[in-house]
Amino acid sequence: MAQLTYRASVSLAIAQSMRKDQKVFFIGEDVGAAGGVFKATVGLLEEFGKERVMDAPISEQAILGAAMGAAMTGLRPIAEIMFSDFLAVCWDIVANQIAKTRYMSDGQINIPLVIRTANGGGSKFGAQHSQSLENWSMMIPGLKVVAPSCPSDVLGLMDSAVKDPDPVIFYEHKSLYAFKEEIEQTDISIPIGEANTLHEGKDITIIGLALMAQRAKEAALILRDKHDINAKVIDLRSLVPLDLQTIKKSVIETGHVLTVEENPRLCGWGAEISSLISEHCFKNLKGPVTRVTTPHVPLPSADILEDNTIPSVELIVKEVIKKLKGE
Amino acid sequence: MVDKLNDDIGEEKRLQLWEMMLKLRLVEKKAYDLFLQNLIKGTSHLALGQEAIAGAFGVALKQGDYTFCTYRGHAHTLARGSSIEGVLGELMGRQCGLMKGKGGSMHLTDVDNGVMGSYAIIGAHLTIANGTALASKYNKTNEVSVCFFGDGTTNIGAFHEALNMAKIWNLPIVFVCENNLYMEYTPIHEVTAVEHPAADRAGAYDLDKIIVDGNDADEMLRTAEKAISKAREGKGPSLIEAKTYRHSGHSRADPGKYRPDEEVKDWMENKDPIKNYRAKLLDFNINEKIISEIEEKIKDQVEKATEISMASPIPEIKEIYTDVWANGGSEWHN
Repeated sequence: MAQLTYRASVSLAIAQSMRKDQKVFFIGEDVGAAGGVFKATVGLLEEFGKERVMDAPISEQAILGAAMGAAMTGLRPIAEIMFSDFLAVCWDIVANQIAKTRYMSDGQINIPLVIRTANGGGSKFGAQHSQSLENWSMMIPGLKVVAPSCPSDVLGLMDSAVKDPDPVIFYEHKSLYAFKEEIEQTDISIPIGEANTLHEGKDITIIGLALMAQRAKEAALILRDKHDINAKVIDLRSLVPLDLQTIKKSVIETGHVLTVEENPRLCGWGAEISSLISEHCFKNLKGPVTRVTTPHVPLPSADILEDNTIPSVELIVKEVIKKLKGE
Repeated sequence: MVDKLNDDIGEEKRLQLWEMMLKLRLVEKKAYDLFLQNLIKGTSHLALGQEAIAGAFGVALKQGDYTFCTYRGHAHTLARGSSIEGVLGELMGRQCGLMKGKGGSMHLTDVDNGVMGSYAIIGAHLTIANGTALASKYNKTNEVSVCFFGDGTTNIGAFHEALNMAKIWNLPIVFVCENNLYMEYTPIHEVTAVEHPAADRAGAYDLDKIIVDGNDADEMLRTAEKAISKAREGKGPSLIEAKTYRHSGHSRADPGKYRPDEEVKDWMENKDPIKNYRAKLLDFNINEKIISEIEEKIKDQVEKATEISMASPIPEIKEIYTDVWANGGSEWHN
């Protein structure tokens, strides 16, 4: 039993995958000698050497292109894009090349690679280093989208992502890097596409991802202790593939749904979930699906502005009470 | 005058090159005919006039080497040994096509023959070709990766990112710029800061400046073999600028009217790689009967492949939903 941070679980997860399979290598900017700008890859260069831990130039297209080409031959690269916002400069490689090549080639080519990237707000970095971009990749056929909310999920989901025969975008939340968890066993595997229940309850279903899943869990504790509301909190863990069955099962029980997203409202993943729920569980709903999101604005930088843009625990509590009690 | 005594290429390889170039020419011509008959839909980008480049590399490369080409990639695909019906069938959207109609003209892929895809977004494939080269280095095997692209590609960022990475990591790769003088509809010199769009940038990445007459098949073969050997011996990347000209417009929709008539006439009549190579074969005293027999053989192959393609069934509608994922399907939720 050891306490592990989310940050340390990233480097441990990569190391475990690299120890198991010689085909796995790691490429990114400042990932080797510097150990990553978030110190999430410390020790990898020392253990695996320059041949398997490659410090790349600031060339996001070249990084993902090289990872893709290597994956096409059967290697299993893990590529880092330092901030998820930088995916915008290599989106062609992600959305047009990595996502579509298997389909266009009629299955001749598999692309077993992992793109891991630091995602999300909370660090007051401003609008170009703080976005939550899971929904960008969710809407492209051919990409799997994973976003762990805790160290054990980082370990288990990374193991599956590296073994997956398809491309996986692995969104790590910057505000969770310091998050700690007691871990009994580190070499674990969690299938991609299985949601996790962070809190049990039959009054309402709260659906979150990454940091928002953790905030929803905190909100559920307050709702239970102070407001006599029992919320079921579902941490989706992945948007593609999506665990619709777990969502359906809970909605049938509770009849009330709140989604909590860190991205701006328009075309956020909660809209798709809401649509699926109305298609699959319309008769079980006791009211409309409520979406808590950031407003339709770029993320501002100052403490008070950022804190009031990203959904907080208090906001989740307030929205649930408003929904169930009309207050 | 040809120097028959010091012939470094030899009759066997010359005839191989002749057969290869002729195949590329006649299949492209057939593709054009099939378009006119409305049997090929969508768009196409023909490589008529540029056959010596793909042909030379086709002869010089080995099984196991990787090639990457652009949307103007029919010739480069055939040059690796893909079947004619595989190419024409794909253009026609038939089950006998290389990707059974899933990719179309701009995305020809034939992994068994080392054709790692045809890419329709300018510049992307230079970065991806680095990846197969990186894999060869990582695995300590000796395959070479070759990436073909046009002159217009030299002005997009991915070109520069890819060259830098290939150089710093000493990758076994050959970048081949086919400079056909026009970036789609615009003369390349009007939109490029340097005279030789690829070669003048080579120095920025500590690469040799290599310019070759891309319509001289012998010179092209020598240049290809040299760069491939360099890569295979672990001596790093090369960037070749091959000067050439396309006989037709940029794509199906383009009659190419922006080019001066005299210029087109000069390239078609005086600099056509196929016409000139036939004359060169005769200069080297190769029996004209052998040359003609190869011509008849290729014509026959193209006709037979066309018949096979036309007889091949169209894809089944259920194919829309296959092969997004490695499990063969397209489901995204349980």
